Amino acid sequence: MRRLTWFNTTSLTLGFAFLYLPMVILVIYSFNSSKLVTVWAGFSTKWYGELMRNEAFLDAAWVTIKVAVLSSTFATVLGTLAAYVLVRAGRFWGRTLFSGMIYAPLVMPEVITGLSLLLLFIGIGLDRGVMTIVLAHTTFSMCYVSVVVSSRLSTFDMSLEEAALDLGSTPFEAFRLVTLPIIAPAVISGWLLAFTLSLDDLVIASFTSGPSATTLPIKIFSAVRLGVSPEINALSTIMIAIVTVGVISASLISKRAAVRQRLEEQQAVRS
Amino acid sequence: MTEALRPVFAPWNDPDEKPLIQFKNVTKRFGDFTAIDDLTIDIFEREFFALLGPSGCGKTTLMRMLAGFETPTEGTILLSGQDIAPIPPNKRAVNMMFQSYALFPHLSVWENIAFGLKREGMKGDALNSRVDEMLRLTRLERFAKRKPHQISGGQRQRVALARSLAKAPKLLLLDEPLGALDKKLRQDTQFELMDIQEKTGTTFVIVTHDQEEAMTVASRIAVMDEGRMIQVDTPARIYEAPNTVYVADFIGDVNIIEGRATPSGEQVQIAWGEGVSDITGTTEKSFDSGEKVHFAIRPEKVSVSVEKPDDTPNAFQGKVLDIAYLGNLSTYHVEMHNGQIIKAQSANTRRLSRRAITWGDTVWISFTATAGVLLKG
Repeated sequence: MRRLTWFNTTSLTLGFAFLYLPMVILVIYSFNSSKLVTVWAGFSTKWYGELMRNEAFLDAAWVTIKVAVLSSTFATVLGTLAAYVLVRAGRFWGRTLFSGMIYAPLVMPEVITGLSLLLLFIGIGLDRGVMTIVLAHTTFSMCYVSVVVSSRLSTFDMSLEEAALDLGSTPFEAFRLVTLPIIAPAVISGWLLAFTLSLDDLVIASFTSGPSATTLPIKIFSAVRLGVSPEINALSTIMIAIVTVGVISASLISKRAAVRQRLEEQQAVRS
Repeated sequence: MTEALRPVFAPWNDPDEKPLIQFKNVTKRFGDFTAIDDLTIDIFEREFFALLGPSGCGKTTLMRMLAGFETPTEGTILLSGQDIAPIPPNKRAVNMMFQSYALFPHLSVWENIAFGLKREGMKGDALNSRVDEMLRLTRLERFAKRKPHQISGGQRQRVALARSLAKAPKLLLLDEPLGALDKKLRQDTQFELMDIQEKTGTTFVIVTHDQEEAMTVASRIAVMDEGRMIQVDTPARIYEAPNTVYVADFIGDVNIIEGRATPSGEQVQIAWGEGVSDITGTTEKSFDSGEKVHFAIRPEKVSVSVEKPDDTPNAFQGKVLDIAYLGNLSTYHVEMHNGQIIKAQSANTRRLSRRAITWGDTVWISFTATAGVLLKG
């Protein structure tokens, strides 16, 4: 291993400072007792208390969580099914096209996704609100779930399912009792990923939300245009915490599952 | 017990016996590749039937068609007289033991064995007693609560066997069941398999590429090549009376001598090159004079001696090229005057005996007129 020279240390520090300094400042100022955002006047948690009494923010937070839970659940179901078919169905006509189309939204500009969804909702006369945001978020986070799940499925031993069928399960039972429990870690981390993506989405939500439903990122964005308040800092700090927990647990779950699988395989080879 | 009291198990010779499985002109193609080529075979109840052949000969495809994971392109498969083509795998009275065992990693040994029983709605005491019975049969009582990754390979193999036998299938399919075990364990398990097969009275169809394994366990062996069954017979007949050079060569060690036949009464004289006298063999087949023939003889039926034996028509002089000492046996590679190398085997019946024959010695090899098999073509 190479030693940390002063050059390495400096570049590491600069890199991380570049990435995280803004957030650190935001977190620090969320504990500022002064109303002026840029002037430090001592430690206080009063803005967190203030936030809890702000009806508009609480409403938006509630909408955001509802949207995130619903959309990530739908996205997990759809994404898992899509991954299952694409990995399992073998070669069928247009398979490459389908798998390409699953991954396309990953690289599609969000503005375009948002705009096209907006046009669709107007076209079919769907009133914009919680439902439309859920649909929009399901659409764009489903492909992330399907990427995560299909990478797990591609190493899944097909004969396990055949064994379940052989022992008298229906195809659905084989999936529910054998496949699903085994790929569960991947499905859960897919859900967490979709949840996090939905939580911090601004662009697509702003295209598809209506006056009846505003998500937290939209609320923050519009509030900031009138001037940054310490309340916003507090809110953002909470969001950073939630997203961090989500991302870290998603990666921990999939990593632990991979490690365990490798250990079991090694054990199997040894014995 | 006298021979008369012990009926020989040979339902294939009884014309009144109804076969359990019938393949009727079954062909299976994958695109351009023909995996099974117009195959017709009957397998009887309580048989231990081995499908033997090199990889890619179609034996696994045959088994997967019985399990229901593949459907024949042409022809029909009957199980107890019923066409099984429309029956999905989960409705067949057939269970399979997978090569990889396919144990459910998230379930305990007990749950693995109970899986199939629960699917048919068994529960409570009936379920408990059936699973316990299977655990006893496979000597796994102590491991009931463990997960598959917490037990050894041999134990896993027994869990897979217990799981596939739990539903008391009419037919059990075993796909290379012992492939993952080491040699010693494999031999023990072979006898265990035969024991369990006898106890449960289930019909076993086993796929293997290990000829020794097939010889040990099977009541009949089907030697397969390129989607066809070359010979279906008892292990002894397959070994002693192979019907083709392919079968003779595939099973065990063999000397194959090519020559020209000259029939003389009951016997056939085989000319096999310059500088050596003719081989005398016997056969029920009729050969034309000068017809090409392959003479197949197992090394253990060829003896090697320093002096010329005078009680046999087949004695040939040669030079020892190599001696392979295997502990229980020694194999001598002897070069004949025509350049052909004949393998002769002798049992090392005495410990530390002085070896009379060594490399480069001139020796005589000999065998009786009935020791070898004459094969056409």
